[in-house]
Amino acid sequence: MTPTDHETLRQGVADALSEIAPEAELAGIDPRRSLRTQLDLDSFDFLNFLIALHQRLGVEIPEADYGRVDTLDGLLSYLAARSGVAAPPRPEA
Amino acid sequence: MFELRLPSFGADMDAAQFVQWRAEPGQALERGAIVAVVETQKGAIDVELWQAGTLARRVAEPGQRLPVGALLAVLASPGEDWQALAVPAAAPSSEPAAPAGQQVSPAARRRAAELGVDLATLARQLPARPITLADVEAAGAPPDQRAEGMRAAIGAAMARSKREIPHYYLGCEINVEAALQALEAFNRQRAIGTRVLFVALACRAIAQSLRETPALNGHCIDGRFQPAAAIHLGVVTALRHGGLLVPTLHDADRLSLTGLMEALNAAVARARQGQLRSSDLADSTITVSNLGEAGADQLYGVIYPPQVALIALGSVAARPVVQQDGALGVARTLHVSLAADHRVSDGRIGARFLAALRERLQHPELS
Repeated sequence: MTPTDHETLRQGVADALSEIAPEAELAGIDPRRSLRTQLDLDSFDFLNFLIALHQRLGVEIPEADYGRVDTLDGLLSYLAARSGVAAPPRPEA
Repeated sequence: MFELRLPSFGADMDAAQFVQWRAEPGQALERGAIVAVVETQKGAIDVELWQAGTLARRVAEPGQRLPVGALLAVLASPGEDWQALAVPAAAPSSEPAAPAGQQVSPAARRRAAELGVDLATLARQLPARPITLADVEAAGAPPDQRAEGMRAAIGAAMARSKREIPHYYLGCEINVEAALQALEAFNRQRAIGTRVLFVALACRAIAQSLRETPALNGHCIDGRFQPAAAIHLGVVTALRHGGLLVPTLHDADRLSLTGLMEALNAAVARARQGQLRSSDLADSTITVSNLGEAGADQLYGVIYPPQVALIALGSVAARPVVQQDGALGVARTLHVSLAADHRVSDGRIGARFLAALRERLQHPELS
């Protein structure tokens, strides 16, 4: 496991998110609830978020996988799997 | 020679504050060039030139509060000598400068110092009367209080609509499973940056269907309906911190699907970033409101005067449907509603529009 890579993914998500929802902070997001609901993202916001993620991390998420990236946990696991990084550590309960 | 005047950005706006010039006298400008920036309840708006010319004389000054239609600048047509126009004709048409000894109440002067409000700038905006504490408070208000101004403007336009326009409402449920599957297949072939959203497909189908019912597309001014030759969709765009803007998709029925998506995405982005251009807020002939993503299954809109119709899209969701063979199945459907002006059209026209839209959405063309 390479923590720097998880950090890169997390940072990439945070940066991409700040472009779309500047007031959002990763720390304030419930990782198991829908990102779109929590941050009030419409389809334009969400598509632009995924475009920003693609520019930063090189991972292009197809529409068919949208159901797997709806939560922050889901998105980070998905990005880790797609970029060949081991699964991110589970947060302590 | 031609004049650039402060354009109207909708029925809910009657004035703007001039912020800055973006062009110099003597500068040759293309049609669509950004000449100035004004501040309104809809945020800062770039004022574009609607025909090519050379800027000859700048009339408006930064800090001035101007009514819609106020003269901003004089321009020379191509081939004309701009310098001949650079000096105002005999009687100056611009407003007189603020009197040097303009009255300011002591409380206003103290508050201005606290808030960092420039009294000289304020004096230019309010040339005809003493500056009061309320003026200073308004000038020093942080940008988030502009949201209140936007709310008041929306309220005024909607109150006028409900007062003047006899609305009628029609709704229908449209099976969009085929359209969504076609769109998903289309998007699989495309890079992420050029994906098309369903709302773009829906807007295009709406615009094309409107060609068959011109009584829904245009403006009713002083009780007389003026059908519009082109179809310019105003697309209601919610802002993150509340409020609405309605950028315009020009000639939406003639754009390709990908062209419409690009135009829509760019206009929504400009609205949300507070960087609209004057053309974004001009000339819409009908409005589309899409609240389905916010969770509303159905909605019935309020017409934006002087328009005569509004189309509202509810949520797309898997719902039970009766199939052609009579069996019960599941498909993704969409509730569409139309609010229209009874002074201009009847329910039969509205129903014809919804039928045309249903036909287009059930047999979508993606090219």
